[in-house]
Amino acid sequence: MELVVASAVGVLTAGGVYLILRLRAFPVILGLALLSYAVNVFLFATGRLTINAPPVLQLYGEATYSDPLPQALVLTAIVISFGMTAVLVMVALGAFLEADDDRIDLEADEDAQTAMTGLTAPTAEKEPGA
Amino acid sequence: MTHWIIAPVILPALLAPIIAFVMRHDIGLARAASFAGTITLLAISVGLTVMAASGETYVYELGNWPAPFGIVLVLDRLAAVMLLLTALLALVVLLHATSTGWDARGRHFHALFQFQLMGVMGAFLTGDAFNLFVFFEVLLIASYGLMIHSGGRVRMKAGLQYVVMNLAGSTLFLFALGTVYAATGTLNIADLAEKVRALPVEDAALVRVAAVLLMMVFAIKAALFPVQFWLPATYSNAPAPVAALFAIMTKVGAYAIIRVHTMVFGPDVAVTDGLTATWLMPAAVVTLAVGAVGVLGARRLMPLLSFAVVGSMGTMMIAVAAFTPYAMTSALYYLVHSTFSAAALFLLADLVVSRRKGGDLLRPEPPTVQNGLFAALFFAGAIGMAGMPPLSGFLGKLMILDAMKTTPEMVTAWVAILVGSLVTIVGFARAGSILFWKATAMTPEASDAEGQEQAGEAATRPAGEAATRPAGEAATRPAGEAATRPAGAMQVAPTVLALAILAVLAAGAGPVTGYLEAASGQLFDPTGYVAAVLGGNGEAGQ
Repeated sequence: MELVVASAVGVLTAGGVYLILRLRAFPVILGLALLSYAVNVFLFATGRLTINAPPVLQLYGEATYSDPLPQALVLTAIVISFGMTAVLVMVALGAFLEADDDRIDLEADEDAQTAMTGLTAPTAEKEPGA
Repeated sequence: MTHWIIAPVILPALLAPIIAFVMRHDIGLARAASFAGTITLLAISVGLTVMAASGETYVYELGNWPAPFGIVLVLDRLAAVMLLLTALLALVVLLHATSTGWDARGRHFHALFQFQLMGVMGAFLTGDAFNLFVFFEVLLIASYGLMIHSGGRVRMKAGLQYVVMNLAGSTLFLFALGTVYAATGTLNIADLAEKVRALPVEDAALVRVAAVLLMMVFAIKAALFPVQFWLPATYSNAPAPVAALFAIMTKVGAYAIIRVHTMVFGPDVAVTDGLTATWLMPAAVVTLAVGAVGVLGARRLMPLLSFAVVGSMGTMMIAVAAFTPYAMTSALYYLVHSTFSAAALFLLADLVVSRRKGGDLLRPEPPTVQNGLFAALFFAGAIGMAGMPPLSGFLGKLMILDAMKTTPEMVTAWVAILVGSLVTIVGFARAGSILFWKATAMTPEASDAEGQEQAGEAATRPAGEAATRPAGEAATRPAGEAATRPAGAMQVAPTVLALAILAVLAAGAGPVTGYLEAASGQLFDPTGYVAAVLGGNGEAGQ
């Protein structure tokens, strides 16, 4: 079972990261959804993998139990990521309707380019990370 | 008394839906409610700061569940300072947003504003790592709305980028929290501080992974290299008052690093053994360099200010990475200073940019109506940001340099901060002289031909924005009568207020650093915090 859970997390994460790097709104949304599935499965595993065990400690004996806290965390994470995905879809839709394309990256700043050439000597053109 | 601790979270949480549902058609009512809420919040924050000054750590147990099992809110000096900072900044920004009419250019500004405050306040107060995640999400989801407030093509695209970036960051946060839980079996910060210290060194691998993952997540929020790249695009395309409010958002990340990486993964912890400082110091130095180069190379005013924010985060994190009480005191002082100086500059930029034909492009244009006033304010803001006397930035940087003197990274830190400051000063001087000085040499007629061509360029932007905006509102970058209208006293007041706070911060540096010194003392001696949270003191939550 460990192998199944671990590879599920791995495959989902890999798929999610690949899709996010596509730089188009729709694949990115799918990629983030995949990533949130991956993290949900991962959170389950953080309470150790047990099956057929109650989520509470038993009164007698140190019987195995499945940790209830990660399940609560997963529930919270699911709710939040669902809400966030909905917001993301709306923002992406808004951006698409405004700009008529669904690219995530911003195009080069043409205004600034033309202004700069008409200005002084190009003393500092480097603009890292922008 | 301890019930007041939750008030900064409850108040905006209750107010925001009321504003959103009841007052959405009446901007006047919404403004009044928002002001009342923010002023009350400020009063509560002042009260809590005074309360925390006693040196005790106050704990509020939600639902009266004892600490490691239930969620706690914790008020110590550091949290109190951050609350006060947020409330004060919120009031300044709110004044600007209402007096310039920004809040009426889209819908639900005040509701989102209150939700944002709720998230920020909660993040500062919470004593539980997962609850920190939840409050991060609250403040982020409100910030998404504020970021794209009033719409527009470029803003929507930048907003989409911002949302995607932060969603990826949230996922990483969950991975980090999962790893922390897997390694220690708890998510309560006080409990973590104990458990991580008790962990045998052989089991260090998972905890070290968790510590670095968490640092990565907080670094995204704090805009540290190599994950600082989202900030300039976001801040420079956000509405100016929102960018000013976002000055606190980077500080939330910095606060989280300070809180978690001194109390839980601190320098005295065997399993992580200086891991944080090893990575944080180079990251902070590069961040400062990126910020300084960005300030020098920026072709627009808003990106220039954004890079200045990046640079100030770098300066601050250099001091944090030293992990000594004195350096932390100086970092906290600089944190407070940089928040208000960034806010002052963004608010001023809004006043200037909305009166220029070319928007925030750094190129000479005929002077605006109040060129002298704006130039004076820009000068004051720039010396604050660059760290020149007499404003508090100078004292902050001086303290950081002094604190770094005894650390092994002294040479790196001094060179980075001093050279970074110089480059920042040059960048600001260049921008200021183009915007305000060269302008006086230009007459409106001489630049008419150029102006017309520029107006065509500029027209593409307002046209896009106008579509999403309620009718009758002034455009963001108006070419018409609004551009020549002088800023009223109420519009300039918030900027002046923010600059005045810097002056007060400089004048009252003694008492302020006294408080911050006690705050960092609490940070580096987590026993008081742990005892207050886990000790099960009966008064909590009663």
